[in-house]
Amino acid sequence: MQETNASAKGGNQNVLLKMEGICKEFPGVKALDHVSLTVKAGTVHALMGENGAGKSTLMKCLFGVYSKDSGDIFLEGRKVEFKNSKEALENGVAMVHQELNQALKRNVMDNMWLGRFPRISRWCPLTSEKKMYDETKKLFADLEINVDPKRVMSTMPVSQRQMVEIAKAVSYQSKIIVFDEPTSSLTEEEVEHLFKIINMLRDRGCGIIYISHKMEEILRISDEVTIMRDGQWIATRPAKSLTMNEIIKLMVGRELTNRYPEKDNVVGDPLLEVKSLTAMYSKLKDVSFVAKKGEVLGVAGLDSSGRTELLENIFGIATRKSGEIYLHGKRVMNRNARESIANKFAMLTEERRATGIFAIRDIQANTTISSLRKYHYKGIPLLSDKKLAEVTEWGISAMRTKTPNQKTQIRSLSGGNQQKVILARWLLTDPEVLLLDEPTRGIDVGAKYEIYQLILNLAKEGKTVIMVSSEMPELLGVCDRILVMSGGQLAGEVDAKTTTQEEIMTLAAKYA
Amino acid sequence: MAEKEKLKKIGDILLNNAMYIIIAVAVVYIAIMRPTFIKLPSIVNILSLTAAKLPIALGIGGCIVLTGTDISAGRVVGLTACISASLLTTVFKVFPGMTSAAPLPLVLLLVIGVGALVGFVNGFSVAKFKLHPFIVTLSTQLIVYGIILMYLMRGVNNGQTLSGLADNYRSFITGTLFSIGGVAVPKYVLYSFILTIIMWIIWNKTTFGKNMFAVGSNEEAANVSGVNVMRTIIMVFMLAGMMYGITGFLDGARIASANANTGLNYECDAIAACVIGGVSFVGGIGRISGIVVGVLLLQIIFTGLNFLAVDANMLYIIKGLIILIACAIDMRKYLVRK
Repeated sequence: MQETNASAKGGNQNVLLKMEGICKEFPGVKALDHVSLTVKAGTVHALMGENGAGKSTLMKCLFGVYSKDSGDIFLEGRKVEFKNSKEALENGVAMVHQELNQALKRNVMDNMWLGRFPRISRWCPLTSEKKMYDETKKLFADLEINVDPKRVMSTMPVSQRQMVEIAKAVSYQSKIIVFDEPTSSLTEEEVEHLFKIINMLRDRGCGIIYISHKMEEILRISDEVTIMRDGQWIATRPAKSLTMNEIIKLMVGRELTNRYPEKDNVVGDPLLEVKSLTAMYSKLKDVSFVAKKGEVLGVAGLDSSGRTELLENIFGIATRKSGEIYLHGKRVMNRNARESIANKFAMLTEERRATGIFAIRDIQANTTISSLRKYHYKGIPLLSDKKLAEVTEWGISAMRTKTPNQKTQIRSLSGGNQQKVILARWLLTDPEVLLLDEPTRGIDVGAKYEIYQLILNLAKEGKTVIMVSSEMPELLGVCDRILVMSGGQLAGEVDAKTTTQEEIMTLAAKYA
Repeated sequence: MAEKEKLKKIGDILLNNAMYIIIAVAVVYIAIMRPTFIKLPSIVNILSLTAAKLPIALGIGGCIVLTGTDISAGRVVGLTACISASLLTTVFKVFPGMTSAAPLPLVLLLVIGVGALVGFVNGFSVAKFKLHPFIVTLSTQLIVYGIILMYLMRGVNNGQTLSGLADNYRSFITGTLFSIGGVAVPKYVLYSFILTIIMWIIWNKTTFGKNMFAVGSNEEAANVSGVNVMRTIIMVFMLAGMMYGITGFLDGARIASANANTGLNYECDAIAACVIGGVSFVGGIGRISGIVVGVLLLQIIFTGLNFLAVDANMLYIIKGLIILIACAIDMRKYLVRK
């Protein structure tokens, strides 16, 4: 019903935002190649594309986070070039971020009025808590948000924090509001509320840019859909004229057939057994499974479903409450990373920048850090530069890392090459079980294929790979079996060959 | 357009090396104004003072690589200088019961131990309680100062300056290593040289050294990679403490006395030297050679200013400005530009 209502409103065809011929190049990557986007007033415009297609980069160019190399942006026919997101906000262009940038230790209204605290009066420079409270209350009532303005942000669930972010965008009288994957951590009920608010904003004449991977949502909420692929504009069509299959075809393009290497690994005997693993400080509860030699075991689930926590608890970098881990039928303790490495486990973390790379150190230091003791001179505990150089060289050639030399700082490499360096680091510890958390996040399409190939090669060598991913096609394409996590529990296990995305999604929502 | 880029590039190079350029200009200027500044006695003097101040900078350098700092250094030097001077003496005021000076090696081991102990407290608090090194070493600085004052009140000393040091102690440190052109080079230059080599090996050729840089550049990643982060941090601070202990041992004899103010503000010079030498507060970056150069350059400046008879009070202002400029230039290199 809302949809018909919306399309009726869509008759008002005022163009609010027009981005034309936007180009942006990063060293070695053409992130945006003449991309155009036109958003009309009173419509929801979906922006779709795979990870790395350039959606976020396009938005960052709009908000001045990145400076575009070429192209023009028009807001209501006026040419604009925002220097930062604050300037964009003041001009009525707001964004509800995927990763919420909020002052978590402050309360709701502090966050709402951050950067523009109201004064008590024109002559008194003190901030007026009362005004802040009243205005916030009024705004929340208007949007039917039920949150206490004095509540501290960190005590609220992500969904409510997101509502605050939306209210903030509305309070700036924003004409364009960008939603970047807003539903990834919301329950169904919360999604309904979000859609209600979005529809309300649309009816007021706002232009909404809605970035999401979820087809059903897109087809339900949006009026127009723009699809991007590999930094290029592919199509803009009315949502009504599109089907899910068409969208997929447009998003994936012709590469659909060979996005994944041929699976020729042979699954052997059980190697790793995890028994009722329960975490001390996260909601991971009672997870048991078996992983086999030569197997690629996927772990699916929504954000904060306990996927990452599962790996962290196996590897011993999160505190376990109970549960046992067996390797080759023998119990291993894995109380910390050192012990786990000694027990032949390896872990590639999700946040490559935060917990993976040593950004300012060179390739050699990044490659050898986990296995330094192997490179001593014979008999004396001093490191041999020759051995360090040799193994680093091996790492670079085995992973086909593209780098000028091994003394290059890792931060100057692309995401995919950084990931290869970290993989090499782990292979040098000679692991039997590799725990990979989002191994292809933030990596461009070509490099993804290479990472998949590396993963499968490892499996072929008889290693066990456990791989967490948010991208379901990737799990279906690379894994043998897939565990589905939901609300910190294991919701089910499916065979990658016979399952469907729908089955996995249903399981993922089981305890959410 | 290209012209503009070129100019910008040259400007960048000048800015990034501004510290060295300023110092080079200063040296030339001083040499012209006071030609004795570049004569042999002055050069040996500069090298000796550099050697004296090097160990403490080598110690603090490690703390800075961990993105930390250590402001307790000067007071640890003071304490260990007082301990050395009270035990290796001819007038036993702190320990009236003693009749002869304690054995040299024993005292050296003792002060290294004392330094290591303070370093352990620093490192443990930083690693275990996740406190910022500034706060931790601020506390230990005060605590150590209190201990120095109490120590100097022991026996019949009554808080006085310790002097009348044993001859073997003084000659072991300030004795002549060799003479060039009639100018004596003191023995502690050799000790400082040996310490520099040891620290170079530790930083560059040991697992501990590589781990230190890893922890400094990304503590979380180091932990995931199997580095024992806590042990690494504690060891860096202990190693620094040992260096302060040795500095105290050298300084007692070098200055020929020790009191509650010995070592005061040594950490300022050492931190400044490290930063000038490219040990960055960003963490995970630094070289021993850089520290040596940093200490040397700073010493050249100070000696030069003395030659010009610059007001002693003015020296503090200049020192402050040098640290500020050096840090600003250093930070420039690591800022992420958008």
